[in-house]
Amino acid sequence: MMAENKRAVVFVRLKDGVLDPQGVTIGKALQQMGYDDFVSVRTGKFFELEINDSNGDIDKKIDEVCSKLLANPVIERYTVERD
Amino acid sequence: MKFGVVTFPGSNCDYDSYAAVRFILGEEVEFLWHKSEDLLGCDAVILPGGFAHGDYLRAGAIARFSPIMDKVVKYAHTGGVVIGICNGFQVLTESGLLPGALIRNDHLRFSCKFVHLRVENNESKFTSVCKKGEVLKIPIAHGEGNYYHFDEDISTLEDSGRVVFRYATPEGEVTDEANPNGSINNIAGITNEGGNVLGMMPHPERAVEDILGSSDGLRVFESLRACFGSSKKVVAS
Repeated sequence: MMAENKRAVVFVRLKDGVLDPQGVTIGKALQQMGYDDFVSVRTGKFFELEINDSNGDIDKKIDEVCSKLLANPVIERYTVERD
Repeated sequence: MKFGVVTFPGSNCDYDSYAAVRFILGEEVEFLWHKSEDLLGCDAVILPGGFAHGDYLRAGAIARFSPIMDKVVKYAHTGGVVIGICNGFQVLTESGLLPGALIRNDHLRFSCKFVHLRVENNESKFTSVCKKGEVLKIPIAHGEGNYYHFDEDISTLEDSGRVVFRYATPEGEVTDEANPNGSINNIAGITNEGGNVLGMMPHPERAVEDILGSSDGLRVFESLRACFGSSKKVVAS
């Protein structure tokens, strides 16, 4: 029987100090809606990866694809959550 | 000299670049398909504007893995001339040939209009026929042209004359009002350390004839020709 595929979720966020115009605009919208409790908003992305781990070195590969493609290390950082 | 214009799926300024070089500058030019692995002996490679690979993920992020980019990166590392215009600039930062990143315009809108650029360094291969401080009128057309880099790295660029173009007023004054996208220090174009790779958000290929509103963009191509010399044959009448 085939082993069930594994899953990883990658979160990509802008590094501190990098301007996030979308986040600023969303934050302003919240203020206009009267939600004064939310003083700032930062946007980001997440990716769900379905994995058929044949060689058992998947952590290294996840790290590789994050730094090579999913995130731009100049402006972004990433975190990975595994099932 | 011979130019090559890379066409990615989603490039939309490849024909403009081709036409500017062939019909206005009057030099040889070839299209280079992104899956090709041959630069066809071109002296200068242009990565044109557009939305390569749909700009999915981040502008330029997928394009940097197109097969031809391996060759372009190797060519650049051996001193070959590469120009990235708009989306091409984004491909160059994603591929690591130029530092920094191009993030969303600070006002979040796509901006398509003429801007003015002050030539900050006229000793580059791309500005050799310009005067220092000369103002060029060239259009922009982008949603993600906000040049960003960390403070200490910006000083390195500034101190080594690698900021070639800065957004300015028609009189050449660098002001916040003249900055169309929030770029740090009004940066519109930079070169790599070797001075053989240029990235710029404005479109020089769209400003090569007066009928287009300006012919100032031609100065960039003429500068390169001044470095390489023309390959045009003199035809006996």
